Amino acid sequence: MIKRLAKCVREYKKSAIMTPVFVIGEVVMEVVIPLLMASLIDNGINAGSMNFVLKMGVALLVCAVISMFFGGVAGRTCAVASAGFAKNLRHDMFYSVQNYAFSNIDKFSTASLVTRLTTDVNNVQQSFMMIIRMAVRSPMMFIFSFIFAYGINAKLASVFLCVVPFLMLGMFLIIRKAHPLFKRVFKTYDKLNGIVEENVRGIRVVKSFNRQGFETDKFQEISSSIYNDFVKAEKTIAFNAPLMQMSVYTCMMLISWFGAKLIVDTGATELTTGELMSLFTYTAQLLNSLMFLSMIFVMMTMSKASAERIVEVLDEKSDITEKENAETTVKDGSIVFENVDFSYSKNADKLCLDNINISIASGETIGIIGGTGSSKSTFVQLIPRLYDVRNGCVKVGGTDVRDYSIEALRNEVAMVLQKNVLFSGTIKENLRWGKDDATDEEIINACKLACADEFVEKFPDKYDTYIEQGGANVSGGQKQRLCIARALLKKPKILILDDSTSAVDTATDSKIRKAFREEIPETTKIIIAQRVSSVQDADRIIVLDDGRISAVGDHDELLKTSSIYREVYESQVKGGDDNG
Amino acid sequence: MAEEKTRQMPPMGGPGRRGGMVGKPDVKINKDTVKRLFGYFGKYKFHLIFVMFFIILSAVASVASSLFLETLIDDYITPMLLPNSSVTFTDLFVALCKIGCLYICGALAGLLYNRIMANVSQGILKKIRDRMFAHMQTLPIKYFDSHNFGDTMSFYTNDTDALRQMIAQSVPQAMSSLVTIVSIFFSMLRQSVWLTLFVVVFLFAITRIIGFIGKKSGSYFVKQQRSVASVNSFIEEMINGQKVVKVFCHEDKNKAEFDSRNEELCHNMTTANTYGNIVGPIMNNMGYILYVALAILGGVLAIKGVTNLTLFGFEDEPITLGAIASFLTMSRNFVMPISHISQQINAIAMAMAGAERIFSLIDESPETDDGYVTLVNARTDKDGNITESETRTGEWAWKHPHGDGTVTYTPLKGDIVLDDVDFAYVEGKTVLHNVSLYAQPGQKVAFVGATGAGKTTITNLINRFYDIADGKIRYDGININKIKKADLRRSMGIVLQDVNLFTGTVMDNIRYGKLDATDEECIAAAKLANADGFIRMLPDGYNTILEGDGSGLSQGQRQLISIARAAVADPPVMILDEATSSIDTRTEAIVQRGMDALMHGRTVFVIAHRLSTVKNSDVIMVLEQGRIIERGNHEKLIAEKGKYYQLYTGTFELE
Repeated sequence: MIKRLAKCVREYKKSAIMTPVFVIGEVVMEVVIPLLMASLIDNGINAGSMNFVLKMGVALLVCAVISMFFGGVAGRTCAVASAGFAKNLRHDMFYSVQNYAFSNIDKFSTASLVTRLTTDVNNVQQSFMMIIRMAVRSPMMFIFSFIFAYGINAKLASVFLCVVPFLMLGMFLIIRKAHPLFKRVFKTYDKLNGIVEENVRGIRVVKSFNRQGFETDKFQEISSSIYNDFVKAEKTIAFNAPLMQMSVYTCMMLISWFGAKLIVDTGATELTTGELMSLFTYTAQLLNSLMFLSMIFVMMTMSKASAERIVEVLDEKSDITEKENAETTVKDGSIVFENVDFSYSKNADKLCLDNINISIASGETIGIIGGTGSSKSTFVQLIPRLYDVRNGCVKVGGTDVRDYSIEALRNEVAMVLQKNVLFSGTIKENLRWGKDDATDEEIINACKLACADEFVEKFPDKYDTYIEQGGANVSGGQKQRLCIARALLKKPKILILDDSTSAVDTATDSKIRKAFREEIPETTKIIIAQRVSSVQDADRIIVLDDGRISAVGDHDELLKTSSIYREVYESQVKGGDDNG
Repeated sequence: MAEEKTRQMPPMGGPGRRGGMVGKPDVKINKDTVKRLFGYFGKYKFHLIFVMFFIILSAVASVASSLFLETLIDDYITPMLLPNSSVTFTDLFVALCKIGCLYICGALAGLLYNRIMANVSQGILKKIRDRMFAHMQTLPIKYFDSHNFGDTMSFYTNDTDALRQMIAQSVPQAMSSLVTIVSIFFSMLRQSVWLTLFVVVFLFAITRIIGFIGKKSGSYFVKQQRSVASVNSFIEEMINGQKVVKVFCHEDKNKAEFDSRNEELCHNMTTANTYGNIVGPIMNNMGYILYVALAILGGVLAIKGVTNLTLFGFEDEPITLGAIASFLTMSRNFVMPISHISQQINAIAMAMAGAERIFSLIDESPETDDGYVTLVNARTDKDGNITESETRTGEWAWKHPHGDGTVTYTPLKGDIVLDDVDFAYVEGKTVLHNVSLYAQPGQKVAFVGATGAGKTTITNLINRFYDIADGKIRYDGININKIKKADLRRSMGIVLQDVNLFTGTVMDNIRYGKLDATDEECIAAAKLANADGFIRMLPDGYNTILEGDGSGLSQGQRQLISIARAAVADPPVMILDEATSSIDTRTEAIVQRGMDALMHGRTVFVIAHRLSTVKNSDVIMVLEQGRIIERGNHEKLIAEKGKYYQLYTGTFELE
């Protein structure tokens, strides 16, 4: 996992490596400085030698400047490396997601993908920053402090060896107790956010059922559990600082006692007062570094989950791959399904599409009708190869869709999805998704075909009207018409409308179909609809039932031959108030 | 999406739209926010006194430990080195024991204040969160229609998190640093005023430098936050629309756009963090420089024999060498906490900005409700008198208290009258003009019309999601403004086009309509909505857990569940707003038969595009641009050969 993440450091490798190097420089200075300070006091101040004070002072200043330089540069390289690392992570993840097939997207929910690209990257970045700065600094500090302390007086330095194990044991126990608590807190956080999200989105439901109190209780239950776990975790962590303090204090008292003894007994030959002071400084540094190590450890374990979630995104292989030397031109808009079986999950018992055979000529208009859950959308999604068939094959323009380059195929097969989205940006910008270099005339033309022109012209800013994220400021019917216009701009050989006019009133709907018939006769059109009226003038209508083709034919034929079609038709014509 | 409402909302666009996450461009702290935040400490005032006490104790112990060195050297080691000294190791032992006790007290105090603070900080956060959520529930629909979803979410995530950091970490640390600074300051004064003065001047210079860096870094932090918001919103939008991206082969375009935003974020983040990272080393090493300067200055003072001034007045002699040594140590301990505080300033400023946003949510004025007419279970005796009943009787009545203390009961029938109603979401843009309608109990009233004609708006007004500007709406003869909103809404079941399901089992979701419904009632409702069949096919049947708004279900299946949810509530009035738009017409016909049976004798409002859905209604209203242009039943409207006729024949040219 770490290896996989480390790959994302790339061009920031130099900074990532230089940071610890500079940090080591800083650490060395920080350890040398107390020594100089001790000397300054012993041989300068206490000896009353102004000359020595000045000399040491200059040395100290030089050290401080070097240390500041190292510290500053390390700070800079660390910032560069960590921000760069995060950038690369996001970049790799985003690219990876862009290459996903529909089935990959289904596997992760979109909400989870968003969290992974935002929160999780942030967590990992924080840890990375800690690692390159602190993970080197702390052990180095520990080692150097110990060496210098040992150099001053080996016997006194052994005091550390007695105290450190206790400190480490204590920290280990604290982490072991707090870690599961923190993990639980973060899980509960997800739940809390989930409730807020559901409530903001579903506020109309909450209000119309008068469930404000119910929801508030639900929320408070979760916020209480966050409170309880967090308090418990923080109370455990609260032992950290006192433990640390006690260790420092114990060391200092032991050193004071033995140090005083040593100084007095040997007449200040083996240990000077100045050296005693440095020992105190080293004590603080040494134990502090241990403290930091424990913090790094906690942070790393916390971000471990995030790292795992990121790697999952990076390692996910797209289920749809292009062949080498893939075909790049689609000959015409004919479509053939040969013995097609399909299911969303590989080991599903029941097939979503079961042995589908149909051949559609270029330029034909095909209607698809079927009940809720009859796999209408699944059927058409195989044509632009949004999913791969399980058995059999789908051919477009006489060639298996798997033999085309994906871009070439999808450029010729335009699809208006059932759950469609507009993006934030002007109407023009949105429409240009269909064709980057579309002229204004082309755009207006497409909108006229999709009956979108009439309402766009009524907006104060017309085609420059800003569309909110998710298309929140246009109505459902308007959105659908804009989505159709966007698809039309592609000038595709095949146009698929997946229940794309459900929110458009029937008159407009029929106007759009008329425009299709007259303006783009050579395009193969496949229209999924709930309304019989939307498909009844199609050349052929496919009636899907439970993943199988139940009947094919034109309106009149089907009325005679297909009982399902007849029922649907009658339910719409007669309003369903009798037994029709 | 309820089309009318969204279309009419004022544009919220522009670059500052996600302003909620961006924060104020200046690192400023608003006094009122601080005051209000302190208000939340209310219950914990007592705790806080303890916390303050323990913080002081703990800081004193740490100051004592830094001063002890001087005592150790001056009072024990140096005298003991002298021949015939009266100081013995026993004295030292006693002194060590004394300071040891203080240390233990200090450590204990540290433990206690950290533990108390855990309660306080989490308690306050819980209070703020609960308050925020409870308040959010009272806000009018208008708030949700006019505020960005992501911004509202960030109140609960980013902003609360920043507050947690501040309350739990920054504030205690700042307090303890402050105590340390003050006590060391006095200890320094005790040694030498001259040197202290020098320290103060020097530190003043440092803080100016830090302040400068802080200002720079503050502005970069704001920039960073802004690009974080930009990248995040791009990610959110594109991942949510990923399938469209793929259909249009827009991946490469997306990558390019993403890269440019990502690059900008990386740049701003690097700059912001660089500033953040170098504050520490600068402060730290400035401390060393101060140390050297003090050593030289002290040496000069001692050698030149300048009379020492301490807190206790002029001394006869110049500063002693021991005093200089200990002063030097103290200067280190003085700089440390200042550096700590300077590193907390960004965190505090960010938290305060977050607090301000949270308070702005809490300050939003809630839905007003001056209603006093309530809905009660009722019983009608033989003479037609209505009495209130404790138990559910299947009969409801409006309880109408009057000014003179009397109470009248009006039976709930579902008689709804709109009298000359005008309405505008945004002032000046009227969406409904002079709408009048009468819905008698037992009637099925349908609204038909093009998108944006005002169909959903009418239902928004009946249940008072929005309040009318002009005209009157009467419910069983009572002005709906007089009815308590909760009771008004309790009397109506609403099924919206946009289905929102909640995390939980299918059963829980159906039970949402009536919390005390038994499993049997829920299943009966599901059968009525024709949802029973597919629910039983789900992995765990009715106990299947739905997550992410029921993302595993098809749009049609979700609509069926939401119909079952409304059906279980068994309301006297039902509003179906495009409730069956994604359900195929065969299933719809079955659902409709069930609903008709359930709603027999009650009022039903139906909104639909599909004329087959509304055809068997008692009254059909044809709306155009906020006006009712035709009304009557199907036969009458067909005979009139007006708009309805056109729509109808537009659908079925064969007839």
